[in-house]
Amino acid sequence: MFKFDKLVFGDAGWGDEFLIATLMTLLVSILSMGLGLFLAIITVWAKIIQNRITRFIANFYTTVIRGVPELLVIYLIFFGGNAVVMSIAKVFGYNKYIELNALTIATIAIAVISATYSSEVLRASYLSISKGQIEAAKALGMNKFSIFFKVISPQVIRHALPGIGNVWQITLKDTSLISVTGLVEIMRQSRISSNVEHSPLTFLITAAILYLCLTTISGRVFKTLEVNYSKGFST
Amino acid sequence: MIEFLTSIQNSLIYKNFFLVLSGLDNTILLLLISLPLGFVLALLFALGRVSKIAFLSRTIASYIFVIRGTPLLVQIYLIYFGLGSVKFIRESFLWYALKEPFWCGVIALTINTVAYGAEIFRGGIQSIEKSQVESGLSLGFGKFLLLRKIILPIAIRKVLPSYGNELILMVKATSLVSLTTYMEMTGIARKIMAKTFAPVEAFIAAGILYLFLNFLMVQFVKYLEWKYNPHLRLNN
Repeated sequence: MFKFDKLVFGDAGWGDEFLIATLMTLLVSILSMGLGLFLAIITVWAKIIQNRITRFIANFYTTVIRGVPELLVIYLIFFGGNAVVMSIAKVFGYNKYIELNALTIATIAIAVISATYSSEVLRASYLSISKGQIEAAKALGMNKFSIFFKVISPQVIRHALPGIGNVWQITLKDTSLISVTGLVEIMRQSRISSNVEHSPLTFLITAAILYLCLTTISGRVFKTLEVNYSKGFST
Repeated sequence: MIEFLTSIQNSLIYKNFFLVLSGLDNTILLLLISLPLGFVLALLFALGRVSKIAFLSRTIASYIFVIRGTPLLVQIYLIYFGLGSVKFIRESFLWYALKEPFWCGVIALTINTVAYGAEIFRGGIQSIEKSQVESGLSLGFGKFLLLRKIILPIAIRKVLPSYGNELILMVKATSLVSLTTYMEMTGIARKIMAKTFAPVEAFIAAGILYLFLNFLMVQFVKYLEWKYNPHLRLNN
């Protein structure tokens, strides 16, 4: 039933393939989490400045993406992304065929999903900063730039870390959906291996264990970070 | 005006909309079985998790840990492809359920939502003030009456918003069952895409239907919150 001998490293087993696949999962997760945080900051900014149009666009984006299954978003970006990129390129006078590689599409798709969750976390922690602090910084003559980096961001990071940890776990698990686009990460690798060896149980359990390890280890890392960032505050 | 209407009727997105709509009943069928079942089991698991029997509590804790630490897709594949490849399961009565993608989907979704739901209900049960339990005890309530009249109503009421989130996640999770050849909305949208090479139109039609389904779910949860929190209503 469970064939341990198929999981050795080298040509006889699939161990090294799974190692590379795990690294690919980690790479996609980290890249899309980073891009997602960047998009989330823009979304939060669009929501908190007093502008109806940007707020409407940001609210529309988060509502729609969170109300639609992740799989649909990935399909849409995977099958429709090339056409969009090509039509944008046409505007700039580039008429040749463009094909985005699987990693780029995967990163963008997961980032678009993860950004909606991150933006809610970041917005909540931004709103938890009392106005008096920003006013005090203004009274000290700090400009907008240093208010953002010296007053707002350290506190936002501290408040947001537990939430960001949750979003990271969701993002990590969402990367399994990317297997439908053909990018060889853990899920795809386990499907390939089980098709070759006719032993789905072995490789799917391997995939489950690998995901479990990733989520557990990253959970520990976030716990340490939380302790680090809340020094001097009672938790 | 009539030309405009006929052009809408001939547009791909309009045709796709009704094609995808025919998969709505399959999506709802998945939810109709797995959500109530998941709710009941999640409550039982949460009670087991907070019970003083160490073995029961620890077993449920590790079940929750494993399910919450792995993607739903892995669980669906494990049940659909993994269990089907084991010989003695194929020969047992379980095979009647496991050979159907529909029942595999129901089992996987239920297993998944039970883990998340149990964790939510545990939070609700543990947040109940001790004084409320003690006043129940002083009235001479037995364990079962205490559970039925005090603990569960208060706990469920408290966790309704977060359980509502879980319900919406479940609506979205049904789309993954399409990967086991079960033809619900996402599966049909994919088929349309393969036939017409018009991905955007097909998936937008499906997306609108999912948004509508989630909108209904949000209204349902809001109604439940209104119904079970009479003390929070502004004017009654």
